[in-house]
Amino acid sequence: MARMKFLCDSDRCIECNACVTACKNEHDVPWGINRRRVVTLNDGKPGERSISMACMHCTDAPCAAVCPVSCFYTTADAIVLHDKDLCIGCGYCFYACPFGAPQYPRVGNFGGRGKMDKCTYCAGGPQQDNSPAEYIQYGANRIAEGKLPLCAEMCSTKALLAGDGEIIASIYKERVQRRGYGSGAWGWRTAYRETLPA
Amino acid sequence: MTRALPTHALLGAALALSLLAGGAAAQQAAGQPSGAEPEVQAPVPEVGPGRGRLGPGQVPQTNEPHAPTGMPAAPPPVAAAPTPVAPIPAPPPLGDRNQADAAELELQAALRGERIAGRITIPNATAANLIQPAGREWREFHNRILTWVGGVAVLGMLAVLAGFFLIRGRIRPEAGMSGRTLLRFNLLERANHWMVASCFIVLGLSGLNLTFGRHLLLPLIGPEAFTAVSAAGKIAHNFLAFPFTLGLAVMFLLWVRDNIPNRLDLEWVKKGGGFIGRGHPQARRFNAGQKGMFWITILGGGLVAASGYVLVFPFTVTDIAGQQAAHVVHGLLAVLMIAAILAHIYIGSIGMEGAIDAMTTGEVDENWAKEHHALWVEEEQAKARAPVPGAKPAGAG
Repeated sequence: MARMKFLCDSDRCIECNACVTACKNEHDVPWGINRRRVVTLNDGKPGERSISMACMHCTDAPCAAVCPVSCFYTTADAIVLHDKDLCIGCGYCFYACPFGAPQYPRVGNFGGRGKMDKCTYCAGGPQQDNSPAEYIQYGANRIAEGKLPLCAEMCSTKALLAGDGEIIASIYKERVQRRGYGSGAWGWRTAYRETLPA
Repeated sequence: MTRALPTHALLGAALALSLLAGGAAAQQAAGQPSGAEPEVQAPVPEVGPGRGRLGPGQVPQTNEPHAPTGMPAAPPPVAAAPTPVAPIPAPPPLGDRNQADAAELELQAALRGERIAGRITIPNATAANLIQPAGREWREFHNRILTWVGGVAVLGMLAVLAGFFLIRGRIRPEAGMSGRTLLRFNLLERANHWMVASCFIVLGLSGLNLTFGRHLLLPLIGPEAFTAVSAAGKIAHNFLAFPFTLGLAVMFLLWVRDNIPNRLDLEWVKKGGGFIGRGHPQARRFNAGQKGMFWITILGGGLVAASGYVLVFPFTVTDIAGQQAAHVVHGLLAVLMIAAILAHIYIGSIGMEGAIDAMTTGEVDENWAKEHHALWVEEEQAKARAPVPGAKPAGAG
């Protein structure tokens, strides 16, 4: 099986936020929740670069390790998903996540967290594939339809790559070789204990 | 090349040379192979008189290699330019030069414990953190340290108490029960104690469930039932924090007067509190052990409550690092307090006959009171004898 990963080529990202918008639209993500976001480092200074970031679907995912109710599971494609029927909204996965991926709707008392929501790699959840129940809880399931995540599919500069880790890494390496520079794969060391040549 | 030099540079160089001929000449001799025209070979150090003061070993600042800002240095002119056989890659964009790549920056941030953060255009400002390596330490704390400390503290305390019960047995008043009682805690004190106690039990169990439930309870009752229990526990944990804190405040006001440590407490500790041997150290209303429990409850409970409020209102007080730290404080103090309270529950129930009455009816047996709080009994009896109406405790006879 494939080992699905995300790779953001920050030499190509132009901070258009189309990935963010596409994600919100595709999955009908509620107001206030961003499964994907674009962070600009060194804004306005030399070395400015933008990186589109969401759940990286880590190897040895910290969220799954700390979850008190053990609601996370990993698919055969190494996509990290969670069961919202089991999540209690404690917030532990947010403390542990290196990428700030887990999001919580504000519900009920205080700053109370509702059930956690995060990027599903467009792979839905434990419900029946592409059922209305799955769509309401997790959004569209493009993987079940044989498609890749929409954010990467519609990236105008093809900065955001999604797919099997080895394939997107080879695409990125080829780019770096052709243009002669690159700033590496953001988050790969943290998420996959792996680095790509800069 | 000599002819290309502007005349004022030559003049300046000549002036500097004449002023500081020794130093410059030495530098010239030491640092460079002898050249025919020194003023051309070293155009930089002679820019001002001050520069010449540098010793021969020191390198003037302006001699440092420049950061590559422009195009790479032009190759030496050759007669006929060779035709490039491979396409020459474009130089990296200005901002990318001399910068570490992502993996290097991530490693540095992880080693320094710093976050990589930037600017974000969505309203959620906390999403501007790109990578926070501290999550890994927090995971280590939650999954390993807290589990071990909590397990050892709670199970260790239970083992100690069981061992103590087997050796010492139930502590009974030596003179037996007298049948006469006196009021130890009034209704407000008892009601407040039980409010704090019941909150603490639910808070403690729901908290322990978050750390140990996944390993102990989940395999027993299955994921759906375990989520139902944990979700109810979370709601209870969030809401009961408020009566618990209120109870702590009331408890502090009611009992702080009698819990100031004094010289009697040293005596009590020296005699082992009556637990070891058969001596009965004197005490006023609260002995040193009870004072310790009071301050553990007030200070420990206060800190646990404060760190808990940081967590129940996410991002209201601190950022992610503050919340991780608050959880560390909250978790560690909470398991230690649970261990301490287990000892309190033991000595107040099966560990000592007559002790539980103080918190149920509020009336304790006179012999029990004389044994454990002799000075307090004297004070109470003196108060009862005093002809002040209303000051007479209900049970003082």
